[in-house]
Order: sequence, then C-alpha cells, then structure tokens
Amino acid sequence: MKHEVDVLVIGAGPGGSSAAKAAAEAGASVLLIEKRQEIGSPVRCGEGVAMDWLRELGIPPDQRWIAHEVDGARLVSPCGHVMTMDARRAGNETGFVVERDAFDRALASAAVRAGSDIWMRAMATGAKMVGDRMSRVKVDRFGDDVTIVPKVVIAADGFESRVCGWAGLNSRLALKDIDSCLQYRLVGIETDERWNDFYVGSMAPGGYVWVFHKGEGVANVGIGVGAHRLRKKGDVRMYLDRFIASHPELSRGRAVDIVAGAVSTSLPMDTTVKGNLMLVGDAARMIDALTGGGVVHAIRSGQIAGAIAGEHLQGGQPMDRYERAWRREIEDLLVRNYVAKEKAVNLSDETFDRIIGALCELEVSHITTGEILAAVAKVAPEFMAELEDLL
Amino acid sequence: MKRVACDRNVCLYCGTCVGGCPFEAMTLFSTWIEVDHDVCTRCGVCVKLCPVGALTLGEAGP
Repeated sequence: MKHEVDVLVIGAGPGGSSAAKAAAEAGASVLLIEKRQEIGSPVRCGEGVAMDWLRELGIPPDQRWIAHEVDGARLVSPCGHVMTMDARRAGNETGFVVERDAFDRALASAAVRAGSDIWMRAMATGAKMVGDRMSRVKVDRFGDDVTIVPKVVIAADGFESRVCGWAGLNSRLALKDIDSCLQYRLVGIETDERWNDFYVGSMAPGGYVWVFHKGEGVANVGIGVGAHRLRKKGDVRMYLDRFIASHPELSRGRAVDIVAGAVSTSLPMDTTVKGNLMLVGDAARMIDALTGGGVVHAIRSGQIAGAIAGEHLQGGQPMDRYERAWRREIEDLLVRNYVAKEKAVNLSDETFDRIIGALCELEVSHITTGEILAAVAKVAPEFMAELEDLL
Repeated sequence: MKRVACDRNVCLYCGTCVGGCPFEAMTLFSTWIEVDHDVCTRCGVCVKLCPVGALTLGEAGP
C-alpha cells in the first residue's frame, strides 16, 4: 500500500508532536507515526521541566500533566554541603515535575487538533534514498506494510534514532557521551517535597542522582552514570540501589514504578538537515549534556522544523535554513554546557565539596545554570578556565 | 560462539543499548530488542550500558 503525504514525522515524543503541529498549522498534510501503542509510555524521563521555558514555547501549565510544584532545587555535595536554589531566584530552570506520559499525550493531541494525522503502532523500518532525498519510507503499521511517499521527513525518533543512519548521517556516540539512567518512583519516603534535589560525586560517576518530588512522600529517584564508568553488567542499578540504601529517608520507600533510558551528553550533530530530512530533539543530540534535559530543546527544534517544512512546501524556501535557525537559538547553550560537563565529570569528591561549599557562601542573585557556572569560575578558576569565554 | 542475549523478563525496552551500540547492530521495537548477529562484534558495550542488567554475552544461539 502506498500513502502520499507532505510531511512524515517519525516519533510522537515532544519533538515529533511539536513538529507535526507546526507543519499542520502551516497548511501541510502531516502524518505522525509512533511505534508504541501508547504515547509517552513507558516514561523514560526524570520529569523535571523548567516551566518558564515551556511558557516561552507557548505551552502554558496544565493540571492534566503537572504532578507537583516545587520551591526550587538543591545541589548536594558528596560530604553533604547543600546549595539551595530558591525558585524566586532560580528563575526559569526549576519549577515543575510533570507526568510525562500525560504531557506527551497533550502535545500529540494538540498536533491532531491542528490537523495532523497520527498512526499508532506504526514503526518506520527502512527508507529508500534517491541521492540526498528520502523518497520512500517503509512503515509497519499494526502488522501491515505501508510505503510512505513523503515530500519532507522529520526524524524525531529519539536517542536510539535509526533514521539518521538511513540518510547516511553519523549519529554514533562515544561512550563518554552517553549516560545510562535508571529511576524508581519511590512511595513512602521522608524527604522535603518543597525541593528537587541533585546529588553529585562518585556515587554517580559521570552523572548525578536526582530526587524529583511528585507530592508528599513520593519522588522520582534516579541516577545517570557515564557509560565509560560502567565496568560490568547491572552497574547502573547497583549505583542507584547503593545510593538509596545509604539514605535512610529514601530507603524506607518502595518503588512503584521503574523507568530506564539513556541520554546523550555529546555536542549536537554537525548535520541536522539533508535533502528533504530534518532531525529534531534527541535524534539530533540536542540534549543538554550537563543537566540531561532534552524536552524543551526537542519542542523548540520541532516547532522550527515543522514551520520550515510548511514554508518549504508553500513557497519553496530551502530547508537548510533549519540548520541555522535552531542553532541560533539553542547551540550556544548546548556547547557551553557540554564543555562544563567535560569538566564536571572529572572532578573529585573533594573538589565538588569545595566548590559547592563555596557556592553556599556566595550571593548569587539570579540562579541559572549559567550563573552557577560563573560562580564556579570564581571559586575554582583552575577548573573553569576554558568556560570563561563561553559564559 | 558468544552471543548477546536479552532476558525479556528483565528488559524494559528503554533503547539504551540500541542507541549506545557502537555498531548499530540493535533495533528497538515496541516490546522487544533485536540484535543483528552478523553486525554485532560481541564487544559487550550493551551489556554494561543496560540500566537493569538485562543483557548477557554468553554461549548461546543455534
């Protein structure tokens, strides 16, 4: 069976749904395909989202997907120094813990309401390239083979993207640029649900532990570990279990949900548009290497790609504008935080203690990742010299 | 010959091994992982990467 469409969007996560919505709003016929049977499930995310950033992207808070609101975040050093980042000062980078499955469903629904078609249990299994153009995409739709003939393809197929490879784009990651993550939703814990906590140090080599509260006595407790620090099978789970066991306020809790996944902690891909293909979000390696956050960049790149697809179809404007357009908005931040990550993963526990201890003493007026890095540059210039240019 | 095997009772189908495989030998379907044994080099990266320890590099296969 053949199916012609203006824009094929592969993957109905935040990036894909945002791209489908934008392309539909620009007048294109859009097909969004999702290999799973449920949008957003299983969840593969810590679920902390910066609410001000979402607002800027035109997504106002909605009770259907907000789980909990926090006063801010705390950064905890190995010996227990706590730097508190009050939301009133922390501005746009703290705020809400969401229900990612409900959040993703809301974005996909918005795409459908804007006019996009959607197929569930529809997996792209291969593509035919004619020169630089992806002229055909093979899709297994609930067991039926369908050939899609798209004018534009937007790949939003996430960390494990295969579409890049079909187009001859190299998306392979070095081990040092992958964090393997595991999270439990713990119920019955005795923590302070006013804060989201980040623990750094050798208990999570090459990553960190997060405690993101979803209400009183409930939190997502997760870990990311740098892949190059993993020695044997099951190490990620071992690190998380060991952390929880050593924190009595957490070890009383029971896991009612297990979430796994990986994030790239690399630079974004060099090429994100080729022929009639654009890559968005995690598939383009747009995850913030320092925080592991990717939702807002996926949404923004999706919006840009969808709009450019629409303009391309209407007026013939070249699609390679996509490369410049998303980089203008997002790339500086990704590069700065990548350089910071490369530094941070090599810090000893003693250095983390010294830096976070010193940060507690500093008056930081407006706490963002950038402000923290600027403060770190003051208290530990030897580690942050290369960052000065980027701040 | 050694082969990568996935314990379906442990696997959460999160895709970490698929995205991390240096040889793109793995594919994530909705509820299973497929290993292309012709492409796989038995390097063992996926075994360490798996957040839940679902993968094994062992004597197996027909």
